[in-house]
Amino acid sequence: MSFPEVPSLLPVPFRTLLYREVHRFFIVINQTLLAPVISALLYLFIFGFSLGDRFGSFHGYNYLLFLVPGLVMMGLVNNSFQNPSSSLMISKFEGNIVDILMAPIGHGEIILGYMLGGMFRGLLVGTCILVVSCLFAIPPFSHPFYLVAVALLSSGLFSLLGIVAGIWAEKFDDLAMFPTFIITPLTYLGGVFYSISILPPLWRTVSLLNPLLYMINALRFGFLGVSDVNPGWSLAALAILDAALFGICLTMLRTGYRLRK
Amino acid sequence: MKKILIPDPPVPALEVRDVTKNYGEVQALAGITLSIPRGELFGLLGPNGAGKSTLINIVTGLVRRSSGEVKVFGFDVERDYRASRSLVGAVPQELVYDHFFTVRQTLKIQSGYYGLTRNDVWMEELLERLKLKEHEHQTIRELSGGMKRRLLVAKAMVHRPAILILDEPTAGVDVALRRSLWDLVRQVHAEGTTVVLTTHYLDEAEELCERVGIIDHGVFVALDRKERLMQQIHNRRVTLDFGAKVEGLPEELARLGGTLSEDGLRATLLVDRSDGSLQRLVEALGRGNLPLMDFQVAGAGLEDVFLELTADSAKPDERRPAAEALR
Repeated sequence: MSFPEVPSLLPVPFRTLLYREVHRFFIVINQTLLAPVISALLYLFIFGFSLGDRFGSFHGYNYLLFLVPGLVMMGLVNNSFQNPSSSLMISKFEGNIVDILMAPIGHGEIILGYMLGGMFRGLLVGTCILVVSCLFAIPPFSHPFYLVAVALLSSGLFSLLGIVAGIWAEKFDDLAMFPTFIITPLTYLGGVFYSISILPPLWRTVSLLNPLLYMINALRFGFLGVSDVNPGWSLAALAILDAALFGICLTMLRTGYRLRK
Repeated sequence: MKKILIPDPPVPALEVRDVTKNYGEVQALAGITLSIPRGELFGLLGPNGAGKSTLINIVTGLVRRSSGEVKVFGFDVERDYRASRSLVGAVPQELVYDHFFTVRQTLKIQSGYYGLTRNDVWMEELLERLKLKEHEHQTIRELSGGMKRRLLVAKAMVHRPAILILDEPTAGVDVALRRSLWDLVRQVHAEGTTVVLTTHYLDEAEELCERVGIIDHGVFVALDRKERLMQQIHNRRVTLDFGAKVEGLPEELARLGGTLSEDGLRATLLVDRSDGSLQRLVEALGRGNLPLMDFQVAGAGLEDVFLELTADSAKPDERRPAAEALR
């Protein structure tokens, strides 16, 4: 094992934490990388191939292509969340969180270390899902820069949420609430599998309260050039949410919330 | 990372002033003041729940003080936390480890947390000193309890801390490892590192420490050089061995609290050396009424000091304020 020994402006403690976070999920790659890609493949097979013809087209694209951005986003947000949240929870459970807490690492460095580790995993899983999807249907990549910006901001947002959850949770059961009761329902109801244009007006309005809807549609806009919501507003909202969650994480670390007694 | 320059003396290695810590309504520390000069080997003793670990954890940054001031080489542990933490190495009480990594990876990561990228020479030395070299590529899960304990010590020392804090480092380890850890502590101390040791093993503190603080109910009940503390315990245990069975002790010895063993071959007394009892004992023995074959006088150990000072630990209102108890 070696850290990058090249001269760097990035502080060594931050690089070390980032390295640890990335190395940690590579050690259990079956669970962290292969499992979500297999799941996405199953969704593609079941909904894209087997049932896709029955759904017709959305915004002029066949169902398989319509599905790809949603699946990429689903893998991206889930894994961005899971990396820091499980890392922090395991560290708290095993007690080795003291290694970070006793070390001379700045609060911002700690957040960025966990955040970028989560983003790396989320973006890697998302990219793998995209590559596998391209075997069946290649999206047109209508707005590539917008696409990259949305992917970065979305993975950043859920990594930060993972940090908040990892610090807040006192037991694994607390942590399981996030994917079970928040992320998965919001993802499934956020337009991964459908366009809100097919919903009755009431549910269409209710759906607009779901932040995942904006993220999924923003990614779809990047890939296909179509969206149920305004892509500019989606990007702006994402940036604001990222900044807000970063502020919350910083406050939690500065005050030692559930970390320092 | 910027190198931390340790201020010149007389700035002490650790300065704790009027520190309190409350957990809700429970007061863990009730106004602790302590100054540890650089290069000292200090022992922190106290019964369970006395506040030792709370104090240690405030120094290392794991616990926030409620009030007061804590400085490591002049750096406040909260305001200048990066400087103070870079000077402290701590071995936690619990066996905490990250099972994802091997021994060598663990030390490499720990070095990185302290801003060190090229630390291989020192890491090699630590692995050798702590007899971990042959296990360096094993994951921590594969190590025995003793090896894990040694790895914790290696982690704490990986950045060559100016203060090494050991929170009950020999709890649950075998005699051989305990001795080797003692040797390591002596060696590190001889090299100029300030060492703070908390322990339940009073012989450990007696063996290693120069100065001792005994903490109870969140205050120091004693804080002095080890020898001075032990001197101030006045009792001496005297054992008399007889060459033939003795039917009863002479009245003078009975008055001094002597008790005869069931077989009549041994008597024991607890003698206060400050009130002339020892003199009276010698005079009584000098009369030659007893078939005395041998005798031993045992001085007070740190354990006697500890037990005397913490005997009322169940009665917080009767506790003695810092250091007054023995003066």
